Amino acid sequence: MRLLTHNMLACNIKGVTKGFPLAIEVTKLETKESEMNPDFLRHIYPKLDWKALHDAAHTLGLNDIPEQVEPAMLEDEDFLQKFHHALLEVHLEEGALICPETNRRFPVTKGVPNMLLNEDEV
Amino acid sequence: MKLKQLESCLGDVTQFSSPKVELEQYPTGPHIASRMLFMAENSFGDITGRLVADLGCGCGTLGIAASLLDAGYVVGVDVDGDALALAQENCEEFEVEMDFVQASLSELPLQGLHVDTVIMNPPFGTRRKGADMEFLAAALKVAGTAVYSLHKSSTRTHIQRAAVRDFGAKTADVLCELRYDLPASYKFHKQKEKDIAVDLWRFTK
Repeated sequence: MRLLTHNMLACNIKGVTKGFPLAIEVTKLETKESEMNPDFLRHIYPKLDWKALHDAAHTLGLNDIPEQVEPAMLEDEDFLQKFHHALLEVHLEEGALICPETNRRFPVTKGVPNMLLNEDEV
Repeated sequence: MKLKQLESCLGDVTQFSSPKVELEQYPTGPHIASRMLFMAENSFGDITGRLVADLGCGCGTLGIAASLLDAGYVVGVDVDGDALALAQENCEEFEVEMDFVQASLSELPLQGLHVDTVIMNPPFGTRRKGADMEFLAAALKVAGTAVYSLHKSSTRTHIQRAAVRDFGAKTADVLCELRYDLPASYKFHKQKEKDIAVDLWRFTK
């Protein structure tokens, strides 16, 4: 699971109103290189919750994602490379996602977050 | 990539060895999958460089097809852990990168408008009534631009009405009618093979 996926996952337990962003518990990370696509990054940028990405990247030890971004930075090769790396190259292989409201823990195993709810949570 | 190439590639996707009846895990054959994705990209530009979600991805056929057509990012969602493990193996085989989330479509944990395009081959709702509608509702909730889906042609009027009236679709169009060549996967299938007429739909938001 990459941080782009984290940026769209929310806790869906019935009654939870602030289920986003999920906190991350890291047990194992993996980095897999992939080709950078600047147009895709510019396409995705306005859809992202930047603070959630910044905080998640920080948890994963990626400290070069700035807290705030100006659209002009999307023309800067160096910034795009860091953005691409944090969003699409670092994979959370083992760990957990934690609901900010209830502290419910969703385990991540072999890269897949298990977001299934129990009967009493639906 | 040409349509024929895509179809031939998708023939190599490993299918379920023991499909689960209650989840209606019918495989999406290479013929249908390749036409669905090819049309989404060539007629509408909804795949290449886009964020794509494959809902009820099963062994990953549609998501892999989207990756082969250079989607910017693909996420597959399925309730079944065994299906997701198989889908991951298929991705490794094809050397494509997909993320996966194990979740139920009725409580989809994806937020609003992040994904551009949803592609899916939902259950027909013959084993569990309403399963097809649950998928459609979820898809129209998360898709920012378009949803591509397969439904039995016999349910055409119902799908059209539900999509526009109940699930907020702006348009609902049948792009083409396909033959779903369903191998006799389960014991209750009496005939060896059965052709079912299905519609390829495109819904927009």
